[in-house]
Amino acid sequence: MSTKAKARPATAPVVFTANRLRDGRVVWLGTEGAWRDRITETTPFTPEASDQGLALAQQGERAQLVVGVYAVEVDPNGGLGGPTPLKFRERLRVQGPSVAAEAA
Amino acid sequence: MNALTPPQYARTYRYDEVDREFLRERIAEFRGQVERRLAGELTEDEFKPLRLMNGLYLQLHAYMLRVAIPYGLLNSAQLRQLGTIARRWDRGFGHFTTRQNIQFNWTKLEDVPAMLEALAEVDMHAIQTSGNCIRNTTTDEYAGASPDEVVDPRVYAEILRQWSTLHPEFTWLPRKFKIAITGSPNDRVAAQVHDVGVLAKRDARGEVGFEVHAGGGLGRTPIIARKLRDWVPESEFLAYMEAVLRVYNALGQRENIYKARIKILVRDLGDEFTQMVEREYERLPRDKYRLDPEVVAAIAAHFAPPPFAALEDQALPEDPEFRRWAAASVRPHKQPGYASVTISLKPIGGIPGDASADQMEAVADLAERHSFGEIRVTHVQNLVLPHVRQEDLYTLWQGLRAAGLATPNIGLISDIIACPGMDYCALATARSIPIAQRISERFASLDRQHDIGECFINISGCINACGHHHVAHIGILGVDKRGEEVYQVTLGGSATNDAAIGELIGPAFSYDAVVDAVETLITTYVAHRTPGERFIDTYRRIGATPFKDALYAPA
Repeated sequence: MSTKAKARPATAPVVFTANRLRDGRVVWLGTEGAWRDRITETTPFTPEASDQGLALAQQGERAQLVVGVYAVEVDPNGGLGGPTPLKFRERLRVQGPSVAAEAA
Repeated sequence: MNALTPPQYARTYRYDEVDREFLRERIAEFRGQVERRLAGELTEDEFKPLRLMNGLYLQLHAYMLRVAIPYGLLNSAQLRQLGTIARRWDRGFGHFTTRQNIQFNWTKLEDVPAMLEALAEVDMHAIQTSGNCIRNTTTDEYAGASPDEVVDPRVYAEILRQWSTLHPEFTWLPRKFKIAITGSPNDRVAAQVHDVGVLAKRDARGEVGFEVHAGGGLGRTPIIARKLRDWVPESEFLAYMEAVLRVYNALGQRENIYKARIKILVRDLGDEFTQMVEREYERLPRDKYRLDPEVVAAIAAHFAPPPFAALEDQALPEDPEFRRWAAASVRPHKQPGYASVTISLKPIGGIPGDASADQMEAVADLAERHSFGEIRVTHVQNLVLPHVRQEDLYTLWQGLRAAGLATPNIGLISDIIACPGMDYCALATARSIPIAQRISERFASLDRQHDIGECFINISGCINACGHHHVAHIGILGVDKRGEEVYQVTLGGSATNDAAIGELIGPAFSYDAVVDAVETLITTYVAHRTPGERFIDTYRRIGATPFKDALYAPA
């Protein structure tokens, strides 16, 4: 596993994100360890249960399905119509680039 | 001639069969590594260094493939192939970078070997565009064309490329290493903010030698380079470069990534660094490193002048719209009757440095018709057609206009350098591109831009400073403040002969407020300028206080 700075304990509900190995696209941990394209298909873990979520997410790394798993604090019923990351960076991961990402 | 045949007179370095065989083997090796990764036989920790050595990053939304464009030189077949790659394996566009390279932002891992094979078809690759090695050497986009050129820097940039490619001793440096070389006394390569900046020049006898600067850099700790030597003879060029790299490789701080660049070593050691390089230089077996004049001549042959016609300079057509474009985009050439043309990749409201596949193909076609099939990429994220007949300029302008590439804003306030920022980059702490777009929209009026005159705005989305904000007249740095984006503003930077690091002007601005702040800076400049004074001149004359007062005065 990559050595990363230890994340501070979550104080809000969390979901887990990663990049899909095959194409690098952003994915979100759904129920029972399935990786989904949309954050709306996730169910947030409570801060107390975030370790369980991380263990489930890391199974995806060990199975070589995804890369770079990490926890994202969310508002379970936020402005994106479901779990909504508290930080702007992860809201961008949900929504994609804020600028045109196709040739005109 | 098929689409992949390089045009006869384009002066890019041509691979030989040894080069091509090496690339074939390298791609086959990486194809196997990708297959093993996809099959789960390699972990990410095992695979990551392998993909990085082939230019493949994992960014915020996808993999990104960074392709090397050696010292920013392309021929039309290469640019056309980049367009093909963009269309076939990406989303129909590419992003030209401040290192004169190109990035594809939506790469799929499984497609990368095929992309590398397509690159190899036109003598290109993605090696050493990542990792702690010597990266793409950058040079003057007007090399071989500019009237002020003393030495053709392409020859020595190619020598550096050959020396540094897969150099076994310098593949695992303490940190990445960037070299810029210019052959003009007017620095257009930001030499003084590179790990090594080289000024090629001539002595009284006309012999070529090199003034070498080291320890410049931007990022977290911006530093102007220190001059190590005023003159290194041509024959000793590689010996001296080897000595610089050896001292850095031995003493660079590997244990702390923030202190690992050569600039920290040079800053901390001062004169001692110079002396250590000299001692290493004296110690090296000179015969082994001597640059044979025949080798230099053989490489120089790749960059021989194309067959220019005997022409005279001529007046430009009267069309006022054309004249405005020409005033911004056309530059004198050392050959009478010719000019160099800078193609803006900064349309109003566009993404700085982006070009669609259609645009790449259009520029390739125009280069074949009007510039011996040659194109240059600039570190300001524009393109250049180096050798255009003045009599063809009007036709060229019409062709560029049809492709959406005739924005007459070169050197003006909307000719903004911007890194990909948080819209793409995994390291970024804020977005860069939308700030650039909003500034260019705010200053969309070309009359106003021309009235403001030369003004360089550079934007970085994190402290790593890929957008060169430290050396902008107006620098903008996006940072994260409790999960939201804010933007610091620096003033007074310069990347040319009078290189300077911009000064932080005060507290940061919100995403919504930063464009208004730029407007205030420009209004203040216009109010204080004397006739003919550029923004940077006014800033240097009156200092920061009037700008601070205007920005932070209570409403």
